[in-house]
Amino acid sequence: MDFQAIKEANATIVTVTGRLDAVTAPEYEKAVNELISGGEIAFVIDFNGLDYISSAGLRGLLVTAKQLKGKDGQVRFANVKGTVKEVFDISGFGSIFQMDDSVAAALAKIA
Amino acid sequence: MSTKSDTIQCVATLENLALVTDFIEDCADRFDLESQKKFGLLVAVEEAFVNICSYAYPDSEGKAEFSCWIDGTDFVLEIADYGKPFDVLSLPDPDTTLDIMEREIGGLGVYFIRRLTDNVSYRRENGQNILRLVLQ
Repeated sequence: MDFQAIKEANATIVTVTGRLDAVTAPEYEKAVNELISGGEIAFVIDFNGLDYISSAGLRGLLVTAKQLKGKDGQVRFANVKGTVKEVFDISGFGSIFQMDDSVAAALAKIA
Repeated sequence: MSTKSDTIQCVATLENLALVTDFIEDCADRFDLESQKKFGLLVAVEEAFVNICSYAYPDSEGKAEFSCWIDGTDFVLEIADYGKPFDVLSLPDPDTTLDIMEREIGGLGVYFIRRLTDNVSYRRENGQNILRLVLQ
C-alpha cells in the first residue's frame, strides 16, 4: 500500500493505492491517526488506485471513520469501484460510508 | 477428473500473507479461474489465513497448509491447520445493516468466505482443521 496526503482548503485528500489487507490496514490507520492528531478533521480518501480490500482493510476504514465522527469530523470516499466496490457492497459498508464518484464531487460536498 | 494438487505450507503469521496470496493467485491463473472469482478467492484466503493466525495457535506458532486443484469444472482449495478444533463456519453472520457507530467488524471475515465462494465446508480430520472452498 502507498499512502499520500495532500492538504486542500477544506479537506485533506488521502490517496491509497495497492492493497488494504491485514498487513497494510494498520499502516493506514496509523497514518490517518497522525493526521487527526495534527488537527485534520475533514478527509477525502481517493481509492482510484486501490486494487484489493479485505475485512481487515474495512476495519481500518471503520475505525478511522468512527474516530472522526467522535470529533465532529467527516470522511468521504471517492472512486470506490470494481471488485473493491463489490467487497464494500457485500459487507454493507457501501451504504454506511459517504461515497462519491470523484474527488471533486467529494470535495464539493465538504465545502 | 481431478488434477494433481498444488500445495504450500508455511508458518501461520501475518508476515506470510503475501507468500500465501501469491501462491493462490498463481494457482488460480494456471487453472484459468476468471478474474472476478479469483478476486473473491483471494479475499476468502486472506480471511481464512488471518483466522488461523489469530485463533488456531493462540499461544504458539503453527503451520497452515494450502492445497488447490481442479475437480471437473470446480476449483477446489483446502486450507488446513494443526491448531485446536475450531469450526469458523459456526460463527454467526454479522448484522450488515447497522449504522457506522454501531457497526462491529467481528464475523465479517467468515461472512466474506461464505459470500465470495460457491461452497464452503469444514471438517476435523487427523488432528487438523480443514476448510474446503469451492469455486464453480
